Amino acid sequence: MPETIPDNSVGIVEPKSLHFSEPLLLECGKTLPEYDIAYETYGELNARADNAVLICHALSGDQHAAGYLTKNDKKAGWWDSSIGPDKPIDTNHLFVVCINNLGGCKGSSGPNTKKPGTDQFWGPDFPIITVKDWVNSQYNVMNALGLKHWHAVIGGSLGGMQVMQWSIDYPDLIKHAIVIAAAPKLSAQNIAFNEVARQAITSDPDFHQGRYLDFDSIPRRGLMLARMLGHITYLSDDAMRDKFGRELREGKLNYGFDVEFQVESYLRYQGKSFVDRFDANTYLLMTKALDYFDPATEHGDSLVTALSHATAKFLVISFTSDWRFAPERSQEIVKSLLDAKKEVTYVEIDSAQGHDAFLIPIPHYMNVFRDYMSGITP
Amino acid sequence: MSLRADLATIAKWIKPDSSILDLGCGDGTLIKYLRNNYSVRAFGLEIDEKNIEACVKDGINVIQANLNDGLKTYFSENSFDYVIMTQTLQATKRPDLLIDEMLRVGNEGIVTFPNMAHWKARLQIGLGGYMPVTKYLPYEWFNTPNIHLCTVRDFQRLCKKQNIQILQTSFVDFQHSKSTLLMKLFPNLFGEIAIFRICKKLNQITTQPL
Repeated sequence: MPETIPDNSVGIVEPKSLHFSEPLLLECGKTLPEYDIAYETYGELNARADNAVLICHALSGDQHAAGYLTKNDKKAGWWDSSIGPDKPIDTNHLFVVCINNLGGCKGSSGPNTKKPGTDQFWGPDFPIITVKDWVNSQYNVMNALGLKHWHAVIGGSLGGMQVMQWSIDYPDLIKHAIVIAAAPKLSAQNIAFNEVARQAITSDPDFHQGRYLDFDSIPRRGLMLARMLGHITYLSDDAMRDKFGRELREGKLNYGFDVEFQVESYLRYQGKSFVDRFDANTYLLMTKALDYFDPATEHGDSLVTALSHATAKFLVISFTSDWRFAPERSQEIVKSLLDAKKEVTYVEIDSAQGHDAFLIPIPHYMNVFRDYMSGITP
Repeated sequence: MSLRADLATIAKWIKPDSSILDLGCGDGTLIKYLRNNYSVRAFGLEIDEKNIEACVKDGINVIQANLNDGLKTYFSENSFDYVIMTQTLQATKRPDLLIDEMLRVGNEGIVTFPNMAHWKARLQIGLGGYMPVTKYLPYEWFNTPNIHLCTVRDFQRLCKKQNIQILQTSFVDFQHSKSTLLMKLFPNLFGEIAIFRICKKLNQITTQPL
């Protein structure tokens, strides 16, 4: 627990949930008959209801973006560095909404929840969800909360992809699009990493074709491997060298296959702790959503045509050491926005932390983010 | 608002409601002025972090990139009415290639640069025998970022060589935006800062009837 909750924290936050009984038609052709969406909000909606911003989470994120759920929480929400009073997403002025995406495992309908009207877990039967489906469900949340539009939609990585989709699918309902450490679509290498992660999960004997909850088991080893692999791609070579080098855990070589190097210990710890907080089927779904994302396909394979629908102003941010979604991928987005005659600001943050840098309060990043946000405060 | 001499001249040349790209836009002074007075659609290209933050604070669209790659990476043919570069040409790796790039992206280019053949500079190198250090070129030879200094005549020759048409010129001194008669008559001797508006020469052959 933090001894005292810092002044620039949103403090203790309350988990909330919405139930939708209208069916949601999904891109895969299936329909979710009814569903729940878990979400959190920070700050107050103003009288004109024009200060709402939506935060879109990434692969392993959830609705708990800022603050603490209880006084005993050791850690704040995943993007506490950027959300709070006087932070870039300033809750003194903005009403911030963050939801757990459909298919997630933190309270929204997903593989670890029960099929409506039954006592059965969805498990592997939960339909494949795409970024477009998430945006449609987020649109329903917007209406349910009585909001007319988003002042800004903001996200990093897979979250940034949702932001782009918002700007294309609901151009009149988003004024500012803030796309951080994202890509216009995955590369073959990105998909390859996702496939290895999925294979790690599905080949675990405890996976039981995805029905592991019915067997009271969890594909621990598979999910752990998937997370370990993911972690390698989130960090840069430099960041790993700085953090671990070739440091030995016991100070000497043991000539065996147990953990010897600190980096092994770190990866195993990250993998193990992830298993306790995340669902394997959700991991499979999220990686598929990443693989399928390509908003250009609906628009003649042209990102320029796709983005020509947008009316939002864009802020695009990338990080020099990010090799999962490298600056070149953000540059593709920026080039398309410029060709589509959109308003865009682009910054490339000098950082050593790899893809994870978007969660780290790097001074130039925070300055640009804060300056942009304060400049557009309604 | 009092604007730097060369910027004030550019402001007079720009058509209202046009689109401009300012290369090395600094803290966005020119863009801010043009945006507020001529309702232009403007973008800046800048590399310095502090300058970028200043631009973002003022709501200016800015792209963080260096000049040598930035144009190629981000901008398509004829995507702006004007591509502007003030007091930066002399600090670039290949001014000749950059000017070609400017005229690929912009219908017109506007360039300002310090004139190395100004009489004060000539005196310093001619009589003093040392590299000129003036108010508008305050660097010593060993620490100057200005690696490709040129004169008014050099620039005119480059334009001729690269088939570039000079549409408009102006010569000002560093402190005053006034262009004196001497500057007009003998720009290469009395102009401290040269301002050129340029475009690609139309290819004569293609316009000839068969």
